[in-house]
Formats: sequence, C-alpha cells, structure tokens
Amino acid sequence: MKSVERVLKGDRLALARLLTQIENEDASGLEALSALYPHTGHAHRIGITGAPGTGKSSLVNRLALHLRQNGWSEQAEPEAETVAIVAVDPSSPFSGGAFLGDRIRMRDLYGDPGIFIRSMASRGALGGLARATVDMVEVLDAAGFAAILIETVGAGQAEVDIARMAHTVVVVDAPGLGDDVQAIKAGILEIADILVVNKADLPGAENTLRALQLVLELANTAQRTKPDAAARDVAPQPAWVPPVLPTVAIQGDGIVELAQAIHDHREHLDLSGEYAARERARVRTEMEELLRQQLLEGFLMHQPEGAFEAALELVLTKKKAPRQAVREMIEGKKR
Amino acid sequence: MTEKRLRILIAKPGLDGHDRGAKVIARALRDAGMEVIYTGLRQTPEMIAEAALQEDVNAVGLSILSGAHMALVPRLLELLEMQGQANVPVLIGGIIPDEDVPQLKKLGIKGIFGPGTSTDRVVESVRQAVQAAGAAQD
Ligand SMILES: Nc1nc2c(ncn2[C@@H]2O[C@H](COP(=O)(O)OP(=O)(O)O)[C@@H](O)[C@H]2O)c(=O)[nH]1
Ligand SMILES: [Mg+2]
Repeated sequence: MKSVERVLKGDRLALARLLTQIENEDASGLEALSALYPHTGHAHRIGITGAPGTGKSSLVNRLALHLRQNGWSEQAEPEAETVAIVAVDPSSPFSGGAFLGDRIRMRDLYGDPGIFIRSMASRGALGGLARATVDMVEVLDAAGFAAILIETVGAGQAEVDIARMAHTVVVVDAPGLGDDVQAIKAGILEIADILVVNKADLPGAENTLRALQLVLELANTAQRTKPDAAARDVAPQPAWVPPVLPTVAIQGDGIVELAQAIHDHREHLDLSGEYAARERARVRTEMEELLRQQLLEGFLMHQPEGAFEAALELVLTKKKAPRQAVREMIEGKKR
Repeated sequence: MTEKRLRILIAKPGLDGHDRGAKVIARALRDAGMEVIYTGLRQTPEMIAEAALQEDVNAVGLSILSGAHMALVPRLLELLEMQGQANVPVLIGGIIPDEDVPQLKKLGIKGIFGPGTSTDRVVESVRQAVQAAGAAQD
C-alpha cells in the first residue's frame, strides 16, 4: 500500500494519481480508498451548486482565499484552514469529452500548498458520478484537507445527489438569468442550507434577493415546522433557516458573511445532532447501494448465458410481469 | 462501466491576450472524446506545472504566440521533471520560428504545430504522444 502512505504523508502527486484511479474505478484505487477510510471524517464538506454562469467558481476562489487567510470566522488570531476543491462540469453527450474551465476563475489559488484543486467531468453515468465524487472527496478528507468545496452545476439529479452528500449546501443564483426563481430548480432549492445571490453589483439583484426570500418564507412555514424525528431526539434546537446572502464574487464582497454562515450551519448541525443523523443516513444509503449493486452483479454472474435477456423478452411481450420473471429467475425455474 | 478518458491540460502562457487558438484546440480535443482542463490566459510555467500535477493529466498542450517559448518551455519541463512528471508529454502550438524547432525537439517536446495545422492532426498527435508515454512507462 505505498500510495496510501504517500497520500497520508501529503505527497501531492500520489494524491493526484489516486484520484485518477478512483475516478476510473480502478480496483487498486478502490482498495487504497478502503485503507484510507479510517482517516476520513475530519473535513467539512461544502457543496456549491447553481446554474452555469452564476459565479460558482469565482465564489469558490474567494471563499478558499478567505479560509486560507482567516479560517472560518472572524477571530483575533485567525486559524487558516486547508482547502481542497472538486469542480465538476458536464461531459459532452456527443463525444464523451469535456471542457473543464473552472480553474480559469481560480487563478488566485495558485502556489499555495494548503490548496488542492481537481477538475472532474460528469462522464454521463447517472449514479456513477455521485459515487466517484464521494470517493474522491473521501480521499481528500483522508489527505487532511479541513474544508472540501464541491462545485457542481445545479441541473440534474446526479448533481443534487452530490450536493446532498455535503454537510452544507450553498445554492448560488444571480440576477439576469431569466425568471428569478425559475433559475433555481425546485429540487435544488429544497436542499439549500444557504442561498447566495451572486453578482449583487448587477441591476436586478434586489429583485432576485426578494424573490428568493419570499419562496423561502413560504417553504419554511410549510415544511420546517414539521419536527424532524431523527434530529429531535437529541436536543431541542431551533430549526435552521437558510439565510439569503448577497455577494459580489469578482470583488470579494459578502465572502466574510458567507464563510460565517457556513461555519454557523456546521455548528448548528453539531449542536442539533443533525450532523450525526445526516452522516448515518448518508452512509446507510451508500452501503445499501453497494450491497444492491454487488448482489446484482454476483447473481447475474451465476445465471446461465442469456437468462436475463430471455426473461426480459418475456416481460416485454407481456407474457410475464416483471416481478414474476424476477422471482422465477431467483428460484431457478424453467420458463 | 469504468471509463478511462484522456485528461489533457491546455494552457496559454505568455503575456499576449489571445486564446482563440487555444480554445479551438481545446474544443477539438473535447470533440475527440478527451477531457480538457483549460486554465486560461497568462499562465506562468509554475502555474502550468501545478495544474498538471493536481489534475494528473496525460499530456500538456501549450499555446504560445508571444515568442517567449525558449524561456518558458525549458522551465516547464524542468518543473515537470522535479515533481515526478517527466513522462508527461508536452506539445506546443503557435508561432514558433523554424530555427527553434530542433532545439525544442531536443528538449523533449513531442509536437510542434504552426498556424493553420488541422485540428485533426493535433488530436492525432496528442493521442500518439500519450500512447508513446504510456508504452515507455510499462
Ligand atoms: N458582475 C459580476 N460578474 C461576476 C461575478 N461573479 C462572477 N462573475 C462573472 O460571471 C462569469 C461566470 O463566472 P464563473 O465563476 O465561471 O461561474 P460558474 O459557471 O457558476 O462557475 C464570469 O465572467 C465571471 O467573471 C459578480 O459578482 N459580479
Ligand atoms: Mg464553474
């Protein structure tokens, strides 16, 4: 396990190569991940999501700089945090290739050994993207980065899944993207712990802010009054109300407040017991998925050649119901 | 299920402000199924080397119009070697005077493309350079 030791010692080339192996689901990479797992669990994972062009990369750039200089909150003696960034952009559905341009906005982060930036293409696979991203984040966590910023384009289910595995989800909107609230898809608003209206220097920012605040208020009265069973049995703690923050990423305005809000949210998660509840739910889902996938693969491997295809045919021609076909496959009946 | 895709860094060192050529190449590589990490304008050799390391790329493509290649290229190659990436092929596109070509090839540059080179040729050269580097490593 040479690569594991090198990653733990802070060898950046070993880290970069392991990330590649994991992205390719290479067997030795996944083995290394298992060896690294006991070293994970220390990083604060922050998802940054939103429509293309809202300024996510520019915000990540500023936020990372701020964390390197001042840490999370304004203190007399700032404690710098190390920061890893995973920036995911869509693959081209036609060629399978990708143009990954997030680093263009992150040039201020160059030359700092406390920062590590990795670009990643979504590669089309629906569940696979979230899976690979989580695994890469685990490795960066084990490598010792205190904050991990995960930039995704808030569009599809895969991106929502990635954002969901973060501890804190920041949803970014900006004025001038058409209908203010439409710009943020309904499912994405629901997972937001913090809302940012970036490009607050542009006309229309006030309207976007107001519109989002309104939507949130409606959602709050509807939803957040319901007690959350998992979180409630720990300590009575007021529910988290997502703040709506204006920023100007290109100038750095509002970044201090954003860092503070992320810090506050993390504190809320810890105090309310929600952190433990979220982790439990996340890991449960992950294990169930792995179990399902491996049982399926193992089962199919031991089926006679073409058995599944034959059953599929029977279902497609309506001779059998899917449930029945599956049961008979499991029972090994002749069709 | 598992997909290995070539990851290529395209960088634009030097002080001139045009990256149209670099973007054309980036797009051609993407359309050929590669994952292109594009870092933007005014990259120093140090910035390029750092990106090449963090992104663990299979090759680096430079677009150089400023005429500073004889200073930039040796420095970049030196940095790549120092960080353990001597095997990562480096290719150059842009305006390179004929008399510099032998020297650059001697330094280890795997491809030099003048203005008007077809993108197909560039794509093919990148593919071959990556293959050759992989074969040399095994
Ligand atoms: N006016 C204005 N432009 C911004 C701001 N933040 C980012 N931009 C610009 O918006 C464009 C997209 O930014 P980028 O960070 O790449 O957005 P992403 O696609 O969400 O990652 C770039 O041209 C940025 O310079 C801002 O606060 N104000
Ligand atoms: Mg971006």
